[in-house]
Amino acid sequence: MKFIKSKSEKIFYVVNLCIILLFTFMCLYPIWYVIIGSVSSGVRAHTAFLWPKGFSLTTYKTFFSRSDIGLAFLISILKTAVGTVLSVFFTSMLAYLVTQQKMLFRKFVYRYFIVTMYVSGGMIPWYITMKSYGLYNNFFVYVIPGILSVFNMILVKTFVESLPASLEESAKLDGAGFVTIFVKIILPLSKPIIATISVYTAVGQWNSWIDNYILVHTKSLKTLQLLLYEYLNKATSLASQMKNIANTAGVANAEAAFKVTPDSVRMTMIVITIIPIMLVYPFAQKYFTKGIMIGAVKG
Amino acid sequence: MKTAARFRVSSGMKYLLIALPFMIFTFMFSYVPLFGWLIAFTDYTIGTRITALQFTGFSAFTDILKQKNEVLRVTTNSLAMSGLGLLSSPLAALFAIMLNEIKSKKLRQFIQTATTFPNFISWIVVYGFAFSIFSNNGLLNTLLGQLGLPQSSTGLLGDTRYVWVFQLFLQIWKGLGWGAIIYLAAIAGIDQELYEAAEIDGANKFARIRYITIPSLMPTYFVLLILAITNILNNGFDQYFVFYNPMVANKIEVLDYFIYKLAFIMNEMPMSIAVGMIKSFISIALIFLANQASKKIRGTSIF
Repeated sequence: MKFIKSKSEKIFYVVNLCIILLFTFMCLYPIWYVIIGSVSSGVRAHTAFLWPKGFSLTTYKTFFSRSDIGLAFLISILKTAVGTVLSVFFTSMLAYLVTQQKMLFRKFVYRYFIVTMYVSGGMIPWYITMKSYGLYNNFFVYVIPGILSVFNMILVKTFVESLPASLEESAKLDGAGFVTIFVKIILPLSKPIIATISVYTAVGQWNSWIDNYILVHTKSLKTLQLLLYEYLNKATSLASQMKNIANTAGVANAEAAFKVTPDSVRMTMIVITIIPIMLVYPFAQKYFTKGIMIGAVKG
Repeated sequence: MKTAARFRVSSGMKYLLIALPFMIFTFMFSYVPLFGWLIAFTDYTIGTRITALQFTGFSAFTDILKQKNEVLRVTTNSLAMSGLGLLSSPLAALFAIMLNEIKSKKLRQFIQTATTFPNFISWIVVYGFAFSIFSNNGLLNTLLGQLGLPQSSTGLLGDTRYVWVFQLFLQIWKGLGWGAIIYLAAIAGIDQELYEAAEIDGANKFARIRYITIPSLMPTYFVLLILAITNILNNGFDQYFVFYNPMVANKIEVLDYFIYKLAFIMNEMPMSIAVGMIKSFISIALIFLANQASKKIRGTSIF
């Protein structure tokens, strides 16, 4: 480590740091902005840059009286939980299956799955196919198609191949069947990669909305993301609606008119949608980077 | 001996049988939709029963030729966005190099967590942020107003002059931190002795980056570049759908959006599928070309 740095290196370091911190700020500030905007009095929400102006939880209160938000939140949670568990379990089982050297036509079977990553029918064939399977306006369209993820399968396969073969072999000699070995030996040992793909899958499920938009049109199955999209676009009419029913939230109409505006509606809805990710992300982040590292090594 | 031979065969068969349900599932959800391509040759509209379809030959494809101008417009939009994306591809590597120069590990971790966050929110949330900041009453206009500077009348989201650049900006915002991770992993793999030897030989920071770090990242960059080129027509749908509005429609409609529009707004399903088919064939051709190019230049293929 050299302690004597030339002047140009020092300048470089400072400029480097500034640029990086600027970008970091740009990544974080929007979150802060919508948070403080959501707890500001509506008409002043968009002028609150550093801290809330006219602190008020009125918009949140009026949101509570709307049943569609709670329902959408529930649907999103349900789809994330069910979808993630199903996908992680079966995808990793497939990954383990594919590592079995003895499988007949193993190479063909493996390629059969890999090919699907590169060739896809497109949106309309997808729509027609799902409809013909009865997966229209059906909760299962959120969780069934995603049960096998080839990308995640590759990650798990790479990991499982690095496990010592002796463990498997001794279990087989003991007469353990495929599923038994998978559940009792492979899964517990693969915790790191399982955690990684669980986090990937869960985030993907929470954020997905196209399946909702194209294949589900009943209000009771609407996900939070799609509801957010509608709120963002209809914020003006929603704000008027909410001002009128503010009484049910225990807020006087005049006060509501001042505090609930399209801006605050938008910002509050955004905050509600990103809260789960914000809470989970700092802890889950290391799993994301690990996953990419494994993928990078393989690639 | 006979018993052993029987055991080996049934073991191989056993795994194949276990694989069968998985293969059937994948067949149902990944291969069956491919048969949907046949519908491009029929007169399907929403609600038509599969059994009541009439064969129409290549009329969907000739319809595409009749709409040549439209197709050219959206293809240009797609190529423009992908092209801009390719031009900005070195940024992720650059960011990784810069981040690597930060001495404090804790600060680096924090920056990594913060800059990879945008990758994990949906484009709808990005739209929410962008609206709050760049619309008429958004942060930017308000700030400009307070500083006495001219404000945009339509907000950036409705400004047709900046569509491509703005969408590119959003893509970079969303993907830079995440894209840098691969390069950070590559940099971590560089032999430290190279740097030490260079320093002893008198190379300063810039020289060390230029002659050691950058060449070490080139293989990774090259592979990612080739993969990006094969996806030149696949811009994705989310972003362009969410930021679509009539004011910027002209510039923001990319091929994937056009496919959606043909099917669900204009009810031209066979034509939509036909466009999708052509796009897929071009993508497959690009993958083959990319593989050949990689073999020639790097000596190994990607796939």
